[in-house]
Amino acid sequence: MSAMHTSKHPASKLAFNRRLTREEISSGALAKQLENLLDRNPAKTVVYVGLGTCGLASGGQRVWNRLEERKSKGEIDVVLKKTGCIGYCQQEVMVDVKKPGKPRVSFANVDVARIDKIIDSYIKGDTLPTEFVTGVSESYPEGPEFQIPADWKGVKAFKDLPYFKKQKRVVLKNCGTLDPDSIDEYIAKDGYKALTKVLDMTPRAVVDEIKASGLRGRGGGGFPTGSKWEFAFNQPGPQKYIVMNADEGDPGAFMDRSVLEGDPHRVIEGMAIGGFAIGANHGYIYCRAEYPLAIEKLERAIADARSYGLLGKNILGTNFEFDLTIKKGAGAFVCGEETALLASIEGKRGMPKPRPPFPAVQGAFNKPTVINNVETFANVPEIIRNGAAWFAAMGTPRSKGTKVFALTGKVKLSGLIEVPMGITLREIIFDVGGGILNDRGFKAAQIGGPSGGCLPTQCLETAIDYDSLIEAGAMMGSGGLVVMDDQTCMVDVARFFINFTRSESCGKCIPCREGIARLQEMLEKVVEAPETETGNMALERMKAVIDLRKTCELIRDTAACGLGQTAPNPILSTLRYFKEEYEAHIYDRKCPAGRCKSLLRYMVDPKSCIGCGICKKKCPNAAIVGEIKHAHYIVAEKCVRCGVCFEACPKKAISCS
Amino acid sequence: MSSGCKCGGNDAPVALPAVTEVLKGYAPNKREYLIPILQETQDKLSYLSRDAMIQIAQHVGVPVSKVYGVATFYNQFKLTPPGKHVIQVCRGTACHVRGSDQILRSFESELGIQAGQTTKDGLISLDIVACLGSCSIAPVVTIDGTFHGRLVPKDTERLIKELRAKGEESK
Repeated sequence: MSAMHTSKHPASKLAFNRRLTREEISSGALAKQLENLLDRNPAKTVVYVGLGTCGLASGGQRVWNRLEERKSKGEIDVVLKKTGCIGYCQQEVMVDVKKPGKPRVSFANVDVARIDKIIDSYIKGDTLPTEFVTGVSESYPEGPEFQIPADWKGVKAFKDLPYFKKQKRVVLKNCGTLDPDSIDEYIAKDGYKALTKVLDMTPRAVVDEIKASGLRGRGGGGFPTGSKWEFAFNQPGPQKYIVMNADEGDPGAFMDRSVLEGDPHRVIEGMAIGGFAIGANHGYIYCRAEYPLAIEKLERAIADARSYGLLGKNILGTNFEFDLTIKKGAGAFVCGEETALLASIEGKRGMPKPRPPFPAVQGAFNKPTVINNVETFANVPEIIRNGAAWFAAMGTPRSKGTKVFALTGKVKLSGLIEVPMGITLREIIFDVGGGILNDRGFKAAQIGGPSGGCLPTQCLETAIDYDSLIEAGAMMGSGGLVVMDDQTCMVDVARFFINFTRSESCGKCIPCREGIARLQEMLEKVVEAPETETGNMALERMKAVIDLRKTCELIRDTAACGLGQTAPNPILSTLRYFKEEYEAHIYDRKCPAGRCKSLLRYMVDPKSCIGCGICKKKCPNAAIVGEIKHAHYIVAEKCVRCGVCFEACPKKAISCS
Repeated sequence: MSSGCKCGGNDAPVALPAVTEVLKGYAPNKREYLIPILQETQDKLSYLSRDAMIQIAQHVGVPVSKVYGVATFYNQFKLTPPGKHVIQVCRGTACHVRGSDQILRSFESELGIQAGQTTKDGLISLDIVACLGSCSIAPVVTIDGTFHGRLVPKDTERLIKELRAKGEESK
């Protein structure tokens, strides 16, 4: 495997040029020695720029370059640091400034102009431009108490902001506060302490500790992690594997990406603990190729951990050996299914295999293998360090701990949140998320991605845990939570997911391959334009009324893998809660939300039209007729309802019904 | 089995230096390296040509049909050369809810091609990706790997103009 082990990145500047010892980590001596890295009392001003994918996408690099430019000119004497994402993605680019003797303060929506203002007024001067401040991020989510200076009027601590108030950060603890490229900062925050602790335990005791914590798989199914580890533990060796599933294929989910980009050492430590517990000496990280930054951070983290003797042979001077290989996924949703993922690691087409045998018995290369999600592994070091009882005290009787959600869609504050299990949907959307965008009406929340379901208003009081979500017709999934407002058409949403699962179906079993294709055809008929109606199309549409549910149930009961079995969920849950929308499409040929294009009708208002001809030029199907300076007309039969004319009209003379 | 496949008949494949270079980094006859090899090859050549796949099959020790099977199974692999610039439109749930379908349609009509195609001058390819994981700045597209978030359909015209201008400069 030597080919994989060479890192492409320049070597990190490490605090020590040697292998670490167990004693110095477990006694906390090393953490104390490195404490100054946490900037509790820095000698110089420290500026942190959030450079996760969201930060970069919002222009973080430009802000960083500007800071470097002004630093190199000698205008400011500061230390610049890169951090991951704190989860407040809506407000990226986030810049934190920690001046000596002042608490760390966080600025939102920073661009080049704004960073200049911040530099001039706060970094060089001493006046805080409070209008750009989000809050004081000092000691968030944990740390010593501090005082907000009296002249910072109206500035609140992070823990008092509504977005952060109801959150409970375990997995995301270090995201956005630590430099993901620095293993030393992680160690300063008690990193790798859990690993040293398990080296003094027996593997059996580690498995028991995880079992006692009640941790359940965060990737979707919610299988108890401890039991999974126990199955693999009970298998005879010598070769076993640990696999981390970071193939976050659910559209609308980015929890794993943020954890990997913001705190890569946490999952590496979790995997090493898993390896020790089940007796595996090698692990694979299966990460999406669409996450280049996450892969880069992981590669560096693994290389740094090796040079400190935290990975590789004789870890921390013991006989324990464990190393990691990163496998890049190649873009197949089905590889999130564990047997398909293993096939992909082996270099094959990612197609699921029937279980049993379960991977814990016969997995990668036919050896016992434990596959867990990123978030599951990220919880492990905390459980070991703080004890199973601490973890089990959070959450509901059957779902312990916290869950990270990617809160997105039509919500005011979208981003990455971590909340205790048992919180209600209403609290997440209206308290943490701040309500619906533009104060429109709430319609549904889609939880669990293509395998999940849409929950309507009457489910807002549902407590979020594995079992209550399944009861309500959705599932935890990996944690995508997409909020939909009254402008969203539920038939369109179901169609969106079915189109997705159809194109991602691996094609191995007939119920999924053919069944989903039939579902898609039925939904297409439901939204077809009325004027193209010919022959027995009305009959075809009625078929949807009769067959849709039956086909869904058939797929659910007969498909080979978890993805196929859950693929009809988006239809089943929308049929359950939004039946009247299907009926409006089928019987009245109307889309109440105005989203299903083919049921729309575009018209030019002859009074407002000035005959500029822009719409005629833009129309892709030459459906608009009219002379310059005379009112134009849309030929309904030719109109493909792309909406381009509607967007293009300078006089807003085109209406849509 | 390693060199058993003679498909292609007379026009014997030529060893591509770039592929040979990639293969040096991987031990032969190990199936588990197939996907990393294909990924690295595509990084170098921007797509997987028939000759490249034949050469890789021999190195990995599997029939070319298996390599083709893997290359066509995963969305990442391209069997035709992409355009000089690649636009990827995210069609994840959050982007969909915030109108990525209109962004896609707008790109399609501006470029006069469908998703998955390349403009006739070979300058721009338009692709769909399932999710880029930047849902909070939806709708998102990437152009040659650079993210552009919070788009509205009107932005597409400007983005394409910028790309075309870049194309002119490099001529």
